[in-house]
Amino acid sequence: MRYLPLTPDDRQSMLAKIGAQSIDDLFVDVPEEARLDGPIEGLPMHAGEMAVEAHMKALARKNHAAGDMPFFLGAGAYRHHVPASVDHIIQRGEFLTAYTPYQPEIAQGTLQTLFEFQTQVARLFGVDVANASMYDGSTACWEAIVMARRITKRGKAILSSGLHPHYVSVAKTMARFTKDNLSYQAPTLEAATDGQSMLDQIDDQTSCVVVQYPDILGRIGDLSAIAEKAHTHKALLIAVVTEPVALGAIKSPGEMDADIVVGEGQSLGVGLQFGGPYVGLFGCKQKYVRQMPGRLCGETVDAEGKRGFVLTLSTREQHIRREKATSNICTNSGLCALAFSAHMTLLGEKGLRELAMLNHKKAVQAADRLSQIDGVKLLNDSFFNEFTLVLDADSRPLVRKLADQRILAGVSLGRLYPEVTPLAHGLLVAVTETSTEEELEQFATALEGALS
Amino acid sequence: MSMLSEGRPTRQEDNLQMTDTGSITTHTGNRALMVDEPLIFEIGSPDRSGVDLPEAPQVESRLGGLEREAPIAIPGLSEGETIRHYTRLSRQNYAIDVGLFPLGSCTMKHNPRLNEKMARLKGFADIHPLQPVDSVQGALGVINELAVWLIKLTGMHGVAMTPKAGAHGELCGILCIRAALEARGDAREVILVPESAHGTNPATAAFAGYKVEDIPANAAGRVDLEALKARLGPDVAGVMITNPNTCGLFEPDMKAISDAVHAAGGYVYCDGANFNAIVGKVRPGDLGIDAMHINLHKTFSTPHGGGGPGSGPVVLSEALSPYGPLPFTERHADGHITLVEEETVEDRHPHTFGRMSAFHGQMGMFTRALTYILSHGADGLKQVAEDAVLNANYILRSLEDVLDAPFAHSGPCMHEALFSDKGFTNELTTLDLAKGMIDEGYHPMTMYFPLVVHGAMLVEPTETESKAAIDQFIGAFRSVAERAKAGDESLKSAPYFAPRRRLDETQAARKPILVWTEDEEFAQAAE
Repeated sequence: MRYLPLTPDDRQSMLAKIGAQSIDDLFVDVPEEARLDGPIEGLPMHAGEMAVEAHMKALARKNHAAGDMPFFLGAGAYRHHVPASVDHIIQRGEFLTAYTPYQPEIAQGTLQTLFEFQTQVARLFGVDVANASMYDGSTACWEAIVMARRITKRGKAILSSGLHPHYVSVAKTMARFTKDNLSYQAPTLEAATDGQSMLDQIDDQTSCVVVQYPDILGRIGDLSAIAEKAHTHKALLIAVVTEPVALGAIKSPGEMDADIVVGEGQSLGVGLQFGGPYVGLFGCKQKYVRQMPGRLCGETVDAEGKRGFVLTLSTREQHIRREKATSNICTNSGLCALAFSAHMTLLGEKGLRELAMLNHKKAVQAADRLSQIDGVKLLNDSFFNEFTLVLDADSRPLVRKLADQRILAGVSLGRLYPEVTPLAHGLLVAVTETSTEEELEQFATALEGALS
Repeated sequence: MSMLSEGRPTRQEDNLQMTDTGSITTHTGNRALMVDEPLIFEIGSPDRSGVDLPEAPQVESRLGGLEREAPIAIPGLSEGETIRHYTRLSRQNYAIDVGLFPLGSCTMKHNPRLNEKMARLKGFADIHPLQPVDSVQGALGVINELAVWLIKLTGMHGVAMTPKAGAHGELCGILCIRAALEARGDAREVILVPESAHGTNPATAAFAGYKVEDIPANAAGRVDLEALKARLGPDVAGVMITNPNTCGLFEPDMKAISDAVHAAGGYVYCDGANFNAIVGKVRPGDLGIDAMHINLHKTFSTPHGGGGPGSGPVVLSEALSPYGPLPFTERHADGHITLVEEETVEDRHPHTFGRMSAFHGQMGMFTRALTYILSHGADGLKQVAEDAVLNANYILRSLEDVLDAPFAHSGPCMHEALFSDKGFTNELTTLDLAKGMIDEGYHPMTMYFPLVVHGAMLVEPTETESKAAIDQFIGAFRSVAERAKAGDESLKSAPYFAPRRRLDETQAARKPILVWTEDEEFAQAAE
């Protein structure tokens, strides 16, 4: 077997050194009745590269790859062009096959990239500090709510109706066990965000207000007033960014005084990958840094006075604090954080701003083109690269029908909110730099056909 | 042993004197291939970019009056500079590709490159999690096929695929237990955790709202069955146990432990971090386990990536399967695969505790793990466990004469060998030995874990190391251990030859610098 270097002679001589007659002597602690004699039945035996590759390719071919057809899906996962260098960098074996940097003298490569990542994320979000990544945006969002409870000692969180429904589901799952009180309602099809409703709900029991920016329907609302009111009641504003590229075009949540900013970093460097692995982004104001979950990389010096980096503030972490830890997270999303960071380094502020405006203006063009179709209305006054169309028909079967015609039209609100009938005609359409005018035209024509 | 020209053995200081490295300085401060790399903030510029984009269409923007005007201050580099920056940084990392990585309980085995190639097929890498299910039948097929393997390899009833790492899987298992107890109106408050448990175990139980109580280990490094039985009662929701345990030993009483917990109305969670030792040899389902996470990034060779992403599917017993998280795949008689998510939950999975993460779990890791599993097959996976255990026992028996091995007398170990710092002199510690191993060209073993052994050193070679590689490692380990026992002062300042000497972690924690700031730039400019 190509991954196993021991030869039969090696095994014999090693058993002799150990003083064992056979390999079974090493498994004596396993009760005999539980020990398996041969390979588990009903499973295939080993296979060479060619056979495995053929099997996997056959499975891959059964999927409609986004790059092979017009593609307009978003809703928390966006298709962006990832420069070839990014994949090269993350496939360097020294990054790919390293462990968590617990021995900093021989992990400066990973540690310095994490320090750079933290700085990039903090600047993108407009906050003081950021951690070395979380699993994904949805889990980062929940960890932020728990962090707000730790800081405010209050258990009532107000979730905006514009928060991604899967992020809401994750929070609800966890709250069921932690007994946090979550206030949430599904969105309605209006051009304005629910900012006013957020303001009305904040009171002295509120631990935090959680607002997605831009929100699930693509709308962009100013967060400043919510931050101000939250702060007068000693509550925190948590901003959630599911499309970080947007922050190359619109104000950062930190500039509007958000206390904690979390997000999904998949847009940069990571790719769609059917939903994972992704990379959770997590930043906050300096004064809350010791309540932050997850790993942190910090700068220090070595015994010769040279600058170096280490994992730090580990007194917050599970391997030291056990049941008193700020979170149970052990592994984070290191390699995806590296991909994000390398992509961001290639872009720089100039590239990020250009990429953001390219996304936005292509989306404006698409929104104008699609809303010319009979039976299609554009919901949004404001949006970045994703907007909501209100159709004359139930959008969910329509999306399926268009997929059968090899057009991936967007995400139907019926898929996201199956229980909310008034949303059934809503369709989320995302447009990035990867969509061409021809593809937009194909989509428009097919949509027209499906609605007529 | 190398000798000086005077005919006496070399010591650390002699080496330094012989080459006189201390007195030679270079203009740059670099030494040949040992090149320091500045931060991107020191070499990049916000108006430089390594990406060329087409012109944006000439249309009015609709950003709601919230245009970002202030500088973002994120520097860019050209493509060549970017590649060089990260390549230079990569060379300051130890990795499996560089050498044996004996980190106990972490299973640092070879990461096959076929896995990487398969994960990058556009049919897997370039599909969206919310595409209509008919357009992603192959992706759902991967999830389903891997799920079947995991169920059969563990002899369990069901599997939750969405947890994103081991600790997330632990949380999934504990939430299943909590949901099952709530369903029968049983509000139990305590989770029992052996003192040798992974630190994530108590953190997980506490996060899910449980009180955590320790159960002691016996002299043989196993869970004290009688102490456990004595503590069981109507307030105990379950136990979290690691098997093979963190001393590298199989719990021979596992079935008895499970039976006792079940009889008292609780559930058994097993931390599957050490599954590599038993895959294909014994099925946790046959030992009465109710839930166990499997680290795909350990047993099934997906890369650790410098700290993730991981993947932690949780296999579940028949009793706990109804409570598992959304979404999951369901294969129908005609081969068509559908997703059970919020919409169909009432009919298909009404007792679920809900969703744990936004989408379907770590698909990229599923593709890699399935590729690995198909490569090994049922026969190869059994060989994996056998060779992993053989390698660990070989190390145990090759070093027990020089290092204290606290449980070696009780019989063979599983996939990892445990040593203590007993016999070190001159106040030398496990940390010093570990840093000495760095100078020998190795990543150190796991240090100070498990907590039940003083100055613990946990060595896990895995099955992908050759006998020659292990013999060389044993030689290095023996040499440094002998120095530690002889009280060799020079170990206290090791490593000497790594990109950095020991780092000041106290300073890092006392005045945390977590982001680069302009002040630093000014400070450096002023120098």
